[in-house]
Order: sequence, then structure tokens, then C-alpha cells
Amino acid sequence: MSLALDPGFFRQETFRDDFTFANSQEAIRRFPFPFDRDQYMYAVNIEQHMPGPEKHATHFPIDIDEHYVAEMADRERVLAEDPLRCQSLPHMITAEWDLLELLMTSMARDYPAWFALGREGDRWHWINRPMGIEEHFTFGDVATLPYGPMEYITRQCQGDFCLLDQRGDNLWLDSGIVTSQADWSLDFDLGMNFIEWHAPVPRAHDMGVFERALKFLLNLQLGRPIRRLNWTMTINPRLDTSPENYHRWGIDRTTVTPDNVGDKVHLRVELQALWRLPRSNAIVFSIRCYLIKMREVATVPKWARRLHRVLRDLPDDLADYKGLTNYRGMTVDWLSRHDDGAPTSPGFYPD
Amino acid sequence: MPEIKSRPKWGKLDPAKQASAHLVCAERGAIDAVARAFAGRPEVIGKTILVHVAEGDAGAPASLAGVAYHPLPSRATALTAFRAHLGRAKMGTQLHLAGSEAFLNEASALAHGCGVVGDGLTTELCGDPARRVQCVHCKGMMDDVSASPVACRHCGVNLMVRDHYSRRLGAFMGVCVDAEAPGDLPAAASF
Ligand code: HEM
Repeated sequence: MSLALDPGFFRQETFRDDFTFANSQEAIRRFPFPFDRDQYMYAVNIEQHMPGPEKHATHFPIDIDEHYVAEMADRERVLAEDPLRCQSLPHMITAEWDLLELLMTSMARDYPAWFALGREGDRWHWINRPMGIEEHFTFGDVATLPYGPMEYITRQCQGDFCLLDQRGDNLWLDSGIVTSQADWSLDFDLGMNFIEWHAPVPRAHDMGVFERALKFLLNLQLGRPIRRLNWTMTINPRLDTSPENYHRWGIDRTTVTPDNVGDKVHLRVELQALWRLPRSNAIVFSIRCYLIKMREVATVPKWARRLHRVLRDLPDDLADYKGLTNYRGMTVDWLSRHDDGAPTSPGFYPD
Repeated sequence: MPEIKSRPKWGKLDPAKQASAHLVCAERGAIDAVARAFAGRPEVIGKTILVHVAEGDAGAPASLAGVAYHPLPSRATALTAFRAHLGRAKMGTQLHLAGSEAFLNEASALAHGCGVVGDGLTTELCGDPARRVQCVHCKGMMDDVSASPVACRHCGVNLMVRDHYSRRLGAFMGVCVDAEAPGDLPAAASF
């Protein structure tokens, strides 16, 4: 059997060192722009994870795009350097298998040209053509896979993943693989509950956001996944902005100049989705990271206008928490050249 | 500034009379807090093991006469003994910890790791607010960090000690303070 396929679709690019990452025209059009109005504040911004527009990042429950192969290579490097980025407490093994099933069935169903899954009882046969992987294994038997089930499948699926155990009216972060995070540590947060791991976030506790969100999640139903968008900004298209490596990448925030804003400054959007899992009753939380350069944002006039206004008016405590303080001014100035003051249409999508 | 929500709230030692046994670990002068909570309660004292971080063996205070008293010379040896006692404790044993912030950080993580949660554990902070800190960069632990920022004793990175706290690790997070302005350190502030 040949695992070959059109090699042109998946970009050869890097998220470190020479930072060759960029978005195609198509990737810009499908970008999950996170602002549906000209201002931003924390809210319980949860909606059903229903298929979005054709080709958009939300069209399929698990989104595989042109950055897939390069992102998986970056994840492999992160894990090689720091195995603590993937951890799972022993009681989460059933949830790990649930996750493997969810990802394999979604990927094979929605991207049949790239992935295939054969199942005969517990004997499963997985094919991943873009990464050239073929595996025969026994569902439920960890000895038949080269890694634990969560690590095995998430080394082949874009996005970070957390598995949350539900007990005592709370959710517990007891398992996860986190290599493209916006400055938080799985190793540190492992074992915390929903309120504890959100502790550093300003304002939202007092606004009641987390209390209401938690209540909602505790009632999450099987087969009715939900999603939300979160955002921050990153200098250079670096996926691994971990606290672990902050002493290495933090300095990037001082390298922005008025001339390089368009290429250096990236909007970083997380498309977060949550599913109830069938066997374990755990919840999977996926954090799919999308990066876009200011220069790329500026190709969509509505987005450039809107991002200018959002960033300009963002409260200082949120800007500080997101780490924007060193370069916000320059970015706002740069974006202001793309804001003629015209009104923007409601909603996320380009005009 | 309200207390950060990942940080445990220490309370008062409060031995429950229905517990099948009591296992106490106290650091130095925190033994006074144990005496306050246990003295005059023979029904509790009779089923109590007390591990004490203490220089020499001065014996248990008179008001605690009747406990099984185990003095140990350092926090590390005391916690080793505490863990061994915990390993053979019978069902329904209640744990009690009294000492400095850093002591409670480490000892409560040990209890947590053994599956002790909720009412199974009572705690009391006595004295030194110095914290147990983990460097997020090299993962090295530091006992008794009294001020922030602090240079990591393992990898040398200048760390700001955050309020964000992991009960599993029993430590506050130390994260590079001068990454965006190397060498530019804020004045140290004590806890
Ligand atoms: C249940 C799975 C979830 C996990 C594992 C998770 C995890 C996290 C983590 C680790 C952070 C960073 C905290 C830090 O600074 O250390 C964060 C931030 C945040 N989370 Fe969640 N979260 C979850 C669900 C939610 C939901 C349902 C909401 C809905 C309101 C939410 C709202 C937020 C907000 C507003 C922030 C601050 C983001 C920013 O300003 O950049 N989270 N989350």
C-alpha cells in the first residue's frame, strides 16, 4: 500500500529559529478571527460546536490544515526536550482511550484522503498518510501502541489536549499534552481543579465568569460538544510559548520595531472545544492554536480595523496579563494605518 | 488584592473525636499549636502519633503526655518518618500539620499525594511565611524562599515568585523576572 499523497498542501515551515511559518491566502480566509465587535472583555463565550462555514476552521470538529505536518514536527521536538509536557495520572487511562477514539474517528471521517481507520472488534488499523504512519493495535491494550493512547494520537493531531476528570462538582486537570500553550504550564497545573488553574486570570473570577462556565461544563452532554475562542498575541510565530522556556523567548517581546510589526507580531487564537467522553465520563478540552501575522490580518480590511480598535481599547490589566505591554503601542500605531474609521459589520467573518 | 484561588487556606488544627487515629507532624515551635488543639483530650491523645521536627529529644510537652512521640532532627527526616507512619495508618486516620508556610507546602503535598483530602487533613500556619518554590525552568525545588525575586539555587535564573500555587507539587511557581529586560531586577520584597 502506498502512503504517498500530494506533498504540496502541507507547508514546510518552522515555528522556532528561522520562523518560516506563514499562512496561505486560503488559510487567512479560514482563520478563526475572535472578535465579533470592536471591543473585547471576558465573558462566558460558549457556543455549540456545530459545523461552521465550508472551509472555515470550525467546519469540522477536529481541524487539520496546511500547518499540520510542520506542527507535528515541532511537537516532537518539544516532547524530546521536555517529557513533562505530556502527563497523565493513572486513573485517566480510560479517558485516554476515549480521546483516541474521538480523534481517529473524526479525522478518518472528515479527511478520508489523509486518514483511515479500520475496526474489527477491538482490532484497529490506523493509517496516517501525511505522516507516513500505519498501526495495527488492540483498542484497550496499551502494550500494542508505542506510546500511551493520548500521546500516541495527539502526536498526530494538531492542538493541545487536556482530559478533565469530573468529581465533587468540579473538573480536575488530570491529564494532558501541552506543547503550544499561551504561557501556562501543564506540569504545574496538573491535578488542579477548574477554579485553581484559572487562578491567575484577572477580573474573570469577580465577574462570575468561571463559576458560570464551570456549571455549564459539569452538564456537558455526550454528542453535544461546545466551543469557545480565546486569544492573545505572540512575537514571532512561536508555538511553544511555555513558562518553562520563557527565559529564552521572553526577550522576543523587546525586538518589535515600527518597521517589523507586520511580520513579527502575531495574533494567536485558540479554538477551544469540549466534548463529554463516553466510557470515562471525562471531558476533553482541545486547544487548537492559530497564528496570523499583522501583515496577513491587514489583507482583510474589516479585521484590521477591528483589531486596531480592540487592541487600542483593551484594559491595561488584560494587556498585562496577556504579556502585550512591551509592544502594544507600536502594534496599535501600525494597525491604525489600516483603520479609516469606517464602521465594521457585526460578526466574525470578513465582508 | 483578593487571595489567589490556587492557594490553600491554612486553618486551625482540629482533631475529630470520631477519627480512628491521629497522625501529627509539627515543626519546632509549632508544637505549641498541637498542644493547644490536643491538650485535655485524653480520648484523642491516646490514639495520636506525633512526629516532631526538633533539635534533640526534649520529649513531648507535658500537656501532650500519652502521645507516641517521635522527635527527628530535620524537616526531611521528619517527613520521611511521617510518610512511613502514613503508609501503615489505619482507615479513618486524620492527619494534622503545623509549621511554617514552606513546611506546610511540602508536608501537605505529601499528604495529598497519599490521597488524603478534605476533612482528612487539618493544618495550622505557625511562624515563618517563607515559601517553597519551584523554578518553572529547571524544575528545581527551593525550600524556605523568604523574598521575591530570588536567584534559582539550581540554574541561576532570576525568579519572580508568583502567588500561583500547585498543591500537587507543594510549591509556588518561580518564573524568570528579567526575561524582557535582562539584569533589571525589582527590589526584593519579603513575604
Ligand atoms: C475546561 C477546560 C479548560 C481548561 C483546561 C482551561 C485552562 C486554562 C488555562 C491553563 C489558562 C491560563 C491560566 C494562567 O494564566 O495560568 C486559562 C485562561 C483562561 N480561561 Fe480557561 N480553561 C478551560 C475552560 C475555560 C472555559 C470554559 C472558559 C469560559 C469562560 C475559560 C476562560 C478562560 C479565560 C477568560 C482565560 C484568560 C485568557 C486570556 O486572557 O488570555 N476557560 N484557561
